[in-house]
Amino acid sequence: MMRQFGAPLLAITLSVSGTAFAEGDLYIYNWSDYTAPDLVEKFEAETGINVIIDSYDSNETALAKLQSGATGYDIVVPSQHFVEIMIKEGLLQKVAVHQMENFGNVDPRWTYPSWDPDQEYSAPWNWGSASFSYRADLYSGSGASLSEFFEPSEEVCGRLGVFEAPDEVINMANLYLGLPYCSEDPAEMTRVQELLVNQKPCVTAYSSEGLNDRLANEDVIMSAHWNGYSKKGREAGADIVYAYPEEGIVGWYDSVVVPVGASNIDNAKIFMNFMMDPENAAIQSNFSHYANAIMGSEAYLDESLSTAAELNVPADVPVIFGEACSPAAQKLIDRVWTKVLQ
Amino acid sequence: MISLPRNPRTRTWLGLAPAWLVIGVFMLVPIALMAVISFLEANPYGGVHFNFSTDAYVQIAFEYDLMDDLVFNPIYINIILRSVGLSVLATVVCLVIGFPVAYFITLQPPSRRNFYIYLITIPFWTNLLIRTFSWILILGRNGVIETPLLLTGIIDDSLGMMYTNGAITVGLAYSYLPLMILPIYASLERLDFRLVEAASDLYAHRLEIMTKVIIPLSMPGIVAGCMLVYIPSLGAFIAPDLLGGGKRLLLGSLVQLQFATARNWPFGAAIAMILLAFVVVALMIYAQSARKRARIEGDS
Repeated sequence: MMRQFGAPLLAITLSVSGTAFAEGDLYIYNWSDYTAPDLVEKFEAETGINVIIDSYDSNETALAKLQSGATGYDIVVPSQHFVEIMIKEGLLQKVAVHQMENFGNVDPRWTYPSWDPDQEYSAPWNWGSASFSYRADLYSGSGASLSEFFEPSEEVCGRLGVFEAPDEVINMANLYLGLPYCSEDPAEMTRVQELLVNQKPCVTAYSSEGLNDRLANEDVIMSAHWNGYSKKGREAGADIVYAYPEEGIVGWYDSVVVPVGASNIDNAKIFMNFMMDPENAAIQSNFSHYANAIMGSEAYLDESLSTAAELNVPADVPVIFGEACSPAAQKLIDRVWTKVLQ
Repeated sequence: MISLPRNPRTRTWLGLAPAWLVIGVFMLVPIALMAVISFLEANPYGGVHFNFSTDAYVQIAFEYDLMDDLVFNPIYINIILRSVGLSVLATVVCLVIGFPVAYFITLQPPSRRNFYIYLITIPFWTNLLIRTFSWILILGRNGVIETPLLLTGIIDDSLGMMYTNGAITVGLAYSYLPLMILPIYASLERLDFRLVEAASDLYAHRLEIMTKVIIPLSMPGIVAGCMLVYIPSLGAFIAPDLLGGGKRLLLGSLVQLQFATARNWPFGAAIAMILLAFVVVALMIYAQSARKRARIEGDS
């Protein structure tokens, strides 16, 4: 999965080097454009720790980097299914997040998640979802069902955008067909394949970049989308609505973890605790436009966030989080995707 | 002071050492790594297991069906052929545009030639990604080309130029055009125009002068230009993704997909080796033609 948080062209490796204190360094490895600069400033001012940031553009890149061994990072921010993989692969350290001072601030809905059941490894960062968005002024539907996306009507056909990578698209297809994620059953995946192959003649582009640009210039009037990113497009002026289909939306949840081999473990723990403070979590959300899991952060959120439809999931729409697929399931996914894009 | 070895051969070797070092460390070692990885077993979570396996190469042409029988699978071969086809097309477009441009520059007075060459290098000042993005604004719906046509009523709906193979070809040709113009210009500049005059004195008409004198003499530049366009086009994935909409996989995107999402490094490496093979074949054709030329020149 490739996720875009800001201007894709400016995926700068941000290196914020504050005044050098004697408290040491903290090397953060995070998605590009996903670490609030004022958050880093505040952290440096409060703790005297010098923060250095490096960035990646996909979970796979982060995983590959950790697997290659030589990292030097103290903090990484992978999504839920990659936290699970990294734990399995022995790439993460136990830091007893559940014993941290601010752990009590975490919304009980998000404590002891399935990917880290004892909350030994991971502290919350941001979470969001993938669904589809449409131009409300150009499309007559209501986004109430995934059928509008997968079996598009004539007005959408030829003006439809889909993500470039299979992860969320196939999860969405699974939701629509009522199948579990990461199916290992070839018959089930054949149905997914048929759905996507039939959708293809209507698809304008398979791309995860410039989603809002294409919606704004009307190249597409419906596109697979991420909630916070879609919100940015709406605020930039286009009439973009993020759909909450009844079948559900695909969730992702990024966590702060400490890789094996980190040299500043104590500073990493200080940072994790710092991130579970409501005000600090809100600073991060205000920057990224994605929700956090910290109770009490609402008080510090920008109004545009607390009221945004993209960030407030209706109670009757299930959010199903992506899973770490087994090798067999992953192989089927790759096969389906290659067939679709052959 | 360090005394240099007397033996001229040793001195030649020493002098070339930095070049060998750069080629070895930055080219041969990575290629060797890639070759090794392509013969290993994939770790399902990325990376490799250190067991010998030829699965990655088998996978290019065959797949296991649901009954676990090995059957022919043309998907990847189609992707390879499509990539080669588009690259050849982009090369032809570059040649058709690039040769006249290079010829035009050669015909200018020497004082002005450098200025034109300078103009041709200007696009390199901007990042390729940004230049490719700009084509979206030019070709896209409500873009630079369509808007005036729509306003004047010449067309009433979008021409649908974006997200097609045509758009990919335009993007590739645009990206690599300077790489075609510069070597052709370098050949043409050295061309002895007295030969053209001689041909003309011998009653060759213009077309004959072009096809029998100018083009054969500038052939080294043309071939070099074609190589320089064809090779990067084959592995390109910015233009196919941004302008083609990623609807049809090409080699570059396929490699990227294998290393990232599919987490199948050996297969990605195997495809990269195939890509390399196509490049080597192209280079061998080039070397062959250069040798033939050298022989002809030697005969005369």
